[in-house]
Amino acid sequence: MSKLLSLKEAIAQHVQDGQMLALEGFTHLIPFAAGHELIRQGRRELHLVRMTPDLVYDQLIGMGCARALTFSWGGNPGVGSLYRLRDAVEKGWPRPLELHEHSHAGMAAAYTAGASRMPFGLLRGYIGTDLPGVNPDIRSVTCPYTGEALATVPALNPDVTILHAQRADRQGNVSLTGIVGAQREAALAARKLIVTVEEVVDALPPAMNAVVLPHWVVTAVAHVPGGAYPSYAHGHYARDNAFYQRWDDIARERDTFRAWMEKHVLATADHAAFLASLVEKAA
Amino acid sequence: MSAYTPDEMMTIAASRALWNGCVCFVGIGLPSAACNLARLSHAPDIVLIYESGTIGTRPDVLPLSIGDGELAETAACVVPLPEIFTYYLQSGRIDVGFLGAAQIDRFGNLNSTVIGPYEKPKTRLPGAGGAPEIGAHAKETFVVLKATPRSFVPRLDFCTTPGYLGGHGERARTTARGGGPRLVITDVGVLRPSPESQELTLTALYEGGTVEAARAAIGWPLAVAENLEQIAPPTDTELATLRALNARTRAAHSQPVRLPF
Repeated sequence: MSKLLSLKEAIAQHVQDGQMLALEGFTHLIPFAAGHELIRQGRRELHLVRMTPDLVYDQLIGMGCARALTFSWGGNPGVGSLYRLRDAVEKGWPRPLELHEHSHAGMAAAYTAGASRMPFGLLRGYIGTDLPGVNPDIRSVTCPYTGEALATVPALNPDVTILHAQRADRQGNVSLTGIVGAQREAALAARKLIVTVEEVVDALPPAMNAVVLPHWVVTAVAHVPGGAYPSYAHGHYARDNAFYQRWDDIARERDTFRAWMEKHVLATADHAAFLASLVEKAA
Repeated sequence: MSAYTPDEMMTIAASRALWNGCVCFVGIGLPSAACNLARLSHAPDIVLIYESGTIGTRPDVLPLSIGDGELAETAACVVPLPEIFTYYLQSGRIDVGFLGAAQIDRFGNLNSTVIGPYEKPKTRLPGAGGAPEIGAHAKETFVVLKATPRSFVPRLDFCTTPGYLGGHGERARTTARGGGPRLVITDVGVLRPSPESQELTLTALYEGGTVEAARAAIGWPLAVAENLEQIAPPTDTELATLRALNARTRAAHSQPVRLPF
């Protein structure tokens, strides 16, 4: 059976309310199109996992899709706050958000453990910080060889991980290059893996040492050109830094945020229509 | 000498602290500006590492995010993110971790998590990112932060990143590998830890700066070194390089992005 689905089908078939979901991509290759499709299909009670929530989770949280967030840095990079994330944490709007907070090193260790199907990740981390006091998942073990106390974090095994990548072939092999963040770990930690791609090719000639996810670890592939916008896909288009700066004004207030989401996400059928709606605005 | 702003002076002072060949883990914002200014002026062979996995990067414009494409395209290599934190940072291969924060206390501990109580914050800040382990394991940490009584506080609302903890050798008794915050650059002067207590002490002032102005900007009774150094004002080359970098950056970040379809 072909793994090639439309994004609408992939989300409808493989993502359910209440699941733990990781949309990864460290600044680069953030799966915005998939995030929007989750909002369009009205997914609820999600436990969202991402090192850097970024705008994509600001949108999901502001639209009431999430009950919990596991993360390590929740800002608009280089700009400031994620106002929808802040509103949920500070004021409980549109609903309270349970936080599971880590450092980047802790999240990386948790994904790596998840990908290895080990129970916990290990690091020399969280030394002297208040984070273990607010996240009881951060614990420690004594090294059996040296006696050193080392920090532990429970493995992250999302029900579904969603990535965006540059390309896949028709069999469902996926290749991504450039800044690859913790995508390989998040992908292999998950029970199901959905990938949106810029292009589907007959033969996949990945660059040496590119991150390649073989077809038998991939659940579904959807062809979504521009699927990372306003994040970027190296070799295809750049990060729209001006949009990230504009988001500060869009998301600062509840009503401007809702109006933007309704016009550009809820009122558009798919990602191509979403992108077209932004062009109209500029014209 | 042309006129300059306190922000420019602070960024230039921060850049001067870096040396040629230094391996530097770069935070976004002011640290990124200072590190790239160093690379474009006196430290052309500095190795800049951003937590997105870009090593030895030489961006022509400052990145807005920690993972702009510019950082990858101009890097010596790009490695997966878990590697940056394990093979490069925890292993002790970083000379300087360059950080910002929302709050700092007298022992150089940093808060970038919340203002107010964690469970009911007045202001939810972005959080830790790479900072706790950068602060623990870089051989030394530099902090750059504008001085106000709201940012230089007697007591942090939350300790995100360890400095010298309670001072008096407490950090040295932990398993942190690095030396801690050896340098805090502000817009009113430079602070360094005292050798005995590790309390941050004013050790240098800018041209025209006074101890009184520094004390007014710091939220605890500020210790002052006996022999205060005077920091030289920006050179014409430093100012021109910084301003050109900022101008290129502004132009690049306002460029419309064209999708190829």
